[in-house]
Amino acid sequence: MDATGLLTLPGRVFFHFLSYLGQLAALAGELMIALRSGVWRLKLVAQQIVAIGYGSQGVVIVTGAFTGAVFTFQSYAKFKEFGFETTVGAVVSVALCRELGPVLAGLMVAGRVGAAMAADIGTMKVTEQVDALRVMGVHPVDYLVLPRFLAMMISMPFLVAESISFGLIASYMVTSFGYDMPSAWYLTHMIDHTNMEDLSIGMIKGFVFGMIITLISCHQGLAAENGAVGVGLGTTNAVVISSLVLLIVNFFLSILLNYVFPIGTV
Amino acid sequence: MAAPAPSPAPSSDADVFIELRGIHKSFGKQEILSGIDLTLKHGETLCIIGPSGEGKTVTMKHIIGLIRPDSGDVFVGGMHVNKLKERQMAPIRQKVSMLFQGAALFDRMTVEENVAFPLIESGVRDKAEIKRRVLEALEAVDLAEHLGKYPTALSGGMRKRTGIARAIICRNECILYDEPNSGLDPIGSDIIDQMILRMQKRFGVTSIIVTHDMRSIFKIANRVAMLYRGKIHFLGTPDEIRASPDPIVQDFINGRSDVTC
Repeated sequence: MDATGLLTLPGRVFFHFLSYLGQLAALAGELMIALRSGVWRLKLVAQQIVAIGYGSQGVVIVTGAFTGAVFTFQSYAKFKEFGFETTVGAVVSVALCRELGPVLAGLMVAGRVGAAMAADIGTMKVTEQVDALRVMGVHPVDYLVLPRFLAMMISMPFLVAESISFGLIASYMVTSFGYDMPSAWYLTHMIDHTNMEDLSIGMIKGFVFGMIITLISCHQGLAAENGAVGVGLGTTNAVVISSLVLLIVNFFLSILLNYVFPIGTV
Repeated sequence: MAAPAPSPAPSSDADVFIELRGIHKSFGKQEILSGIDLTLKHGETLCIIGPSGEGKTVTMKHIIGLIRPDSGDVFVGGMHVNKLKERQMAPIRQKVSMLFQGAALFDRMTVEENVAFPLIESGVRDKAEIKRRVLEALEAVDLAEHLGKYPTALSGGMRKRTGIARAIICRNECILYDEPNSGLDPIGSDIIDQMILRMQKRFGVTSIIVTHDMRSIFKIANRVAMLYRGKIHFLGTPDEIRASPDPIVQDFINGRSDVTC
């Protein structure tokens, strides 16, 4: 790259980024039009619920459970030094509801479902199946994106709830069977210090992450070109971009939601 | 201040169904179409020929609004196609259907579901009616026994014929065929030619066929357009193209290259 190319690089990257945001906004706009049209193709939505919600349960449950278990295992020993070991249930529960449950479920869904969405739609794009839809008067967003979006919105709260629940079950088992802590202590502290606000934050984050994953992954699929290479690239981008955006958005969303549902004085 | 230029209007000739005026299209720095003018009347069958990569498919995709021109105007049935937004294209796509080069069948659907798809999407809900018309379309391409198969279980020729059945099922006014004979054996190719002729004679369907099969052209075309270097190099009847003294035309239709071994 010559000197001029190097100087103009930040500008080009910035405009590329703006252009990408514009494309995502345009897709979101088309999605809103599709939503308002009322033609929701419930059979396709049901198929997507099976693929997204039902199919992701295993990975979300295992991730939630083992994260809850290892979090408890590590924190119990440290808390015991200060004599706070009975509060482990409360700490793990709040952390799972507010952060770990939705973030881990989101990351797992981005990896599993986001990749599948981008690959599916991308393959349809490069084999002219998307154009075939258009020729038959069917808007690709109505047929390909809207059912996935609705299925994601329905599935994500359940997946987040499963991630949290199995994380708590695993945490309880570690304290009860691993450390012989009386289960009443664990449960009492957990119930006393976890409230509806904590759960609400998890659910709201689940919805937002679901939207992010669907928009980014479907956009990557619809923008795929150059055959199998393009589909592969789109699939990789879908997972990488969704995961990074999810983590960044989570930080700002946590700050915002903390104003609405305060966890304590900072 | 000068008055704004009036919006281009379609041809006043009621017989004209498709009109392309001064179509220019480039992909990156490569200019594919450099000023295409073409008119097609109701019920006419036009074959587009020309060397590979000369923009035959691109021309066809302009007609149905899959590609928009850099400059120029496309009119179909009196509607200005390149001024319409994607969600306003429905009236055009009710009039015109298309067979894609690779058939573009939906992988997750059976042959029956693929062929029924445009019918269901156009609002037909009567299951018996759908079944009857799917069978009729598949019989026209000799595929009625393969209803339950998925596209992956079909040969290239069978996929192409399924694509044709899907393109004809809604009985649109115009059908665009992108290489309907490629990958077919001579008998299969003749079945498709006869079907195109039947569609024209029985239903007055307007057809545009991109093809390299010279035998088909002389059998089915009312007119032939040859694309060469981004322009229409020749436009005339099959007899006129056969008699053309133009060496480029003659080399192409007789399959002669100037490459020597």
